[in-house]
Amino acid sequence: MPARPHRRELLLSFLGPAALAGLGGCDRRDVPLPPGTLVGTSVDLGHRLRDRRCPIIPTSQAWESCDTLIVGGGVAGFAAAWRLARAGVTDFQLWELESELGGTSRSGQSPTGGYPWGAHYIPAPMPENRLLVTLLTEMGIVEGHTTDGVPVIGEQFLCRDPQERVFFRGRWYEGLYLHIGASPEDIAQLTRFQHAVSSWANWRDGRGRRAFTIPMAVGSDDPTVTALDRLSMSDWLAQRQFTSPRLLWLVDYACRDDYGLRTEQTSAWAGLFYFASRLPNGSAEAEPLITWPEGNARLVHHLAKKVGSERVHTGWAVTDIHPVRTHGQEHLAVTALSQDGQRVRGVRARRVLFAAPQFLARYLIRPFREQPPAYLSSFAYGSWMVANLHLQDRPRGRGFPLAWDNVLYESPSLGYVVNTHQLGADHGPAVFTYYYPLTDADPRSARSRLLGTDRDSWADVILTDLAMAHPNIRAHTHQLDVMRWGHAMIRPTPGFIWGGDRPRAQQPFMGIHFAGADLSGLPLFEEALYHGVRAAEEVLQESGKLLNSWL
Amino acid sequence: MDRVFLLYLNVFVVATCGLVYELLAGTLASYVLGDSVTQFSLVIGVYLSALGVGAWLSGYVESQLVRRFIEIEFAVALIGGLSAPLLFLAFGRVSPFQPVLFGMVFLIGILVGLELPLLMRIVQDKVAFKDLVSRVLALDYLGALLASVMFPLLLVPKLGLTRTSLLFGLLNAAVGLWATGLLRPMLTGSVLGLRVQGLFVVVVLVLALVQADTLTQLAEQELYADTIVHTQSTPYQRIVVTRGPAGFNLYLNGHLQFASVDEYRYHESLVHPAMILKGSPRRILVLGGGDGLALREILRWPSVRAVTLVDLDPGMTGLSATFPPLTELNRHAFADPRVQVVNQDAFLWAGKPSDAADDTAYDTAIIDFPDPSTYSVGKLYTTRFYRMLRARLTPDATVAVQCTSPLFARSTFWCIVRTLEASGFVVRPYHVPVPSFGVWGFALARQTPFDVPGESPISMPDGLRFLTAATLPGLFVFPTDLGPVPVEVNRLDNQVLVRYHDTEWSRFEGSY
Ligand SMILES: Cc1cc2nc3c(=O)[nH]c(=O)nc-3n(C[C@H](O)[C@H](O)[C@H](O)COP(=O)(O)OP(=O)(O)OC[C@H]3O[C@@H](n4cnc5c(N)ncnc54)[C@H](O)[C@@H]3O)c2cc1C
Repeated sequence: MPARPHRRELLLSFLGPAALAGLGGCDRRDVPLPPGTLVGTSVDLGHRLRDRRCPIIPTSQAWESCDTLIVGGGVAGFAAAWRLARAGVTDFQLWELESELGGTSRSGQSPTGGYPWGAHYIPAPMPENRLLVTLLTEMGIVEGHTTDGVPVIGEQFLCRDPQERVFFRGRWYEGLYLHIGASPEDIAQLTRFQHAVSSWANWRDGRGRRAFTIPMAVGSDDPTVTALDRLSMSDWLAQRQFTSPRLLWLVDYACRDDYGLRTEQTSAWAGLFYFASRLPNGSAEAEPLITWPEGNARLVHHLAKKVGSERVHTGWAVTDIHPVRTHGQEHLAVTALSQDGQRVRGVRARRVLFAAPQFLARYLIRPFREQPPAYLSSFAYGSWMVANLHLQDRPRGRGFPLAWDNVLYESPSLGYVVNTHQLGADHGPAVFTYYYPLTDADPRSARSRLLGTDRDSWADVILTDLAMAHPNIRAHTHQLDVMRWGHAMIRPTPGFIWGGDRPRAQQPFMGIHFAGADLSGLPLFEEALYHGVRAAEEVLQESGKLLNSWL
Repeated sequence: MDRVFLLYLNVFVVATCGLVYELLAGTLASYVLGDSVTQFSLVIGVYLSALGVGAWLSGYVESQLVRRFIEIEFAVALIGGLSAPLLFLAFGRVSPFQPVLFGMVFLIGILVGLELPLLMRIVQDKVAFKDLVSRVLALDYLGALLASVMFPLLLVPKLGLTRTSLLFGLLNAAVGLWATGLLRPMLTGSVLGLRVQGLFVVVVLVLALVQADTLTQLAEQELYADTIVHTQSTPYQRIVVTRGPAGFNLYLNGHLQFASVDEYRYHESLVHPAMILKGSPRRILVLGGGDGLALREILRWPSVRAVTLVDLDPGMTGLSATFPPLTELNRHAFADPRVQVVNQDAFLWAGKPSDAADDTAYDTAIIDFPDPSTYSVGKLYTTRFYRMLRARLTPDATVAVQCTSPLFARSTFWCIVRTLEASGFVVRPYHVPVPSFGVWGFALARQTPFDVPGESPISMPDGLRFLTAATLPGLFVFPTDLGPVPVEVNRLDNQVLVRYHDTEWSRFEGSY
């Protein structure tokens, strides 16, 4: 590959000076870039919707009607559809703009099995997480309960050991925390941090609620807890004299991994949530992780199967949601554009379940377009690049063997997960899913850097980054596809979660009910599941079909 | 006088090298083909007759004796020097192997056979004939003596076959080059051409030596007490077969899999208790065991109808089916029509729903995986794996599992036992002394309670060398130092077994 003139700047901007320093020895630029494509979300279509550059009104024959229309086929949309279907409701449809289901939890397929394009794991649920326990029981993943009512997860679904390893200065080490070379002070700070986390895990408010729960709605809104949201995670750490570099790295890694934010950008509430919400009562061990080769797409596909394909319409982008009153009857006129931009259809629905991200509400809902509610502007989304590397064989690396999650200590990326890990296939071809959050202070600048970088440049960045740990990675990779998530996930920056805008956005508006993980301010499967089911139950309640709540 | 003395030295070196090549060929043949008496007799016979042919051919060399002598010297250096690496390479690639082997021996023999007569003719007018004959022959035999003493005591143990071969080739070439100076006055024409030839041979041999070293063969030799006779790197493991005074050893990634001296103790104990407990076993599953030695024991049972052997590595099962020392030891088990080989990770094999045609479950399972020293092997000892295995067995099936040493790795051993129990098996552990391994442990398991075999009358196949009906129940009795210790159950998501194994065996690492 001829060196593009701006290669140094490219690598410098995405990987930092360390990557350039390492270019000397192990850079294999002479090996050509593996082929691959950009699998981005329909950015084009998105921009057309935003700028309203699309055909207009369906002909009268293209109008149908249904009781409930679900907009968006991500986790929240399918959770809502699942809840409706389980309540015996049949008169609904789900419209999804992409041809693939799952939104940010979607997956791809290869000869080695599925692989994720986004979400890839959930922590094992505590008994309080009733919704998830219900779902996992239906899927046969929860196999029973202990005598204290703790759900028992099938062994093959729990992340196989070794779960993670970290690469530092030429070698892989077991675990995520870098134990090698830690001073007694480092270890003392780690222990102190773990104590702080477990005291939050054991904290209860006046009503006996935990401070941090999954889903968050079940947790406490006591001011002692919510005050944490006004602080950044780095402030919280600094106030408690946490200075150990490797501890700060661990917390920063956690924030980047779950939220795509640095510690100084993350609300301390969200930062502590990551650690404390997974600690069962009185335990020092976090809940184990549940994962599948294709990641959380497994969950989406189960929900979709239960809903049935006849009600799901993919490749249709909703362009307008218009509350109207004809003959004294209120309904919503919803129009959609086919993915190729050629066809238009419309539906008159009694209710709309809006399960697309909130930032789209102001483009799609007509009254919002005319006068956007103020609270919408506080919903901000980060950008991520996710790549899938199809490998002929496992690359060599020094030290601890290949794990599920493989993290590079000195890289701004998050490293990669291995799709064959959970299958127990330890030899031969595999797909590595590589994650890179763009943590720019201004989400718009992150987005333009993300979208301004083409497939080849991303491939170069990724392979250069991974070559630190695997000098022969280029030669092993026979395909490298890149996904650019412009609005990957909601950003739980200080003040957003408990600032008051989230509950406002959850209020139904003229027959439109809102779902989506972003309503929690936390980009998590369980939050999407919760809001999908909550919105569906609102609909059931209104039509008198809610017998008992699952929440 | 000086020159003549140096020429005698030349004779001595040529004689030593010649015999070294012969010994190399004989040793190599007996390593890879087995049956050392036959191999050595044939190699010696072919070599001696070739010497005769060479001597006879020397009569046809009329002119330029010195030039011819030196050229032949270079040819011996090149062919003899490369003989061992070439034969190692050819084995496994060329079959039948014997024509290559004996062709090479014959060629070297002819060349060496040409040398002495030519040399004698070169110096004949400088020394009295009786002195010449007596000295040349004496030195020739002395060289042979030196070679035959050095070969087993120094060369094979310190250098190995490949390096010995290349070094002696270099010695040969050096003598040739030296002769271009020594015999310069007797050479007609330019010596440049000759020297270029000599240097070429030296370069080739040096390159081969460097290459041989980077091929890890020679470096690897340091790790093993015995001579390496076969190495192979598959995508899954490094296979090494060594040969020593007591027999063969097979190593996978440096871990001893069996020693041919006492492997029967291990394999009889692994296989027969489960087969006896089953009584008329018919459909047998072997997991691991790519060496075919468990197969050999299984096939002793006339009741056996079908055996499926699942081993990750086609390289391993392929070697066991074709490498003569192994086929001899496993009695050509892979050629038995009842045996079907599946080269797949047993974890994936067990997890795949059995296809409709394969509705017959296995009534006996023999599990012979390597010790759980890595996570990819550790998964084959988990509750998940044993549950998947259960789905592949008849309800009354019996299972035997190799469980590492209860003495060296007591927690590891009991962890495997407890894991089997946690997966729904009733387990009776037992142990056997296998000198090259130490005290070795196994687990006999079934889904319903059972009595240890041997407590009531049993039928056993003929020809066993270790197990008897009378001693069988005793294997299930555990002395205090092997007894149970509290351990966790090994699961996919904790892999405690790999950690037990790592801590326990690392205590002994230094003593190897
Ligand atoms: C890289 C990455 C990694 C992640 N990893 C994890 C993880 O490991 N675990 C975890 O729990 N969570 C993870 N998440 C968070 C994940 O986003 C949530 O778990 C969850 O999938 C969010 O679901 P959602 O339905 O709320 O939103 P989305 O997934 O955004 O779904 C919205 C859907 O609406 C559709 N849509 C948008 N506009 C329209 C329109 N106009 N018409 C029709 N349809 C439309 C979209 O195409 C999409 O399918 C990750 C996210 C990303 C980006």
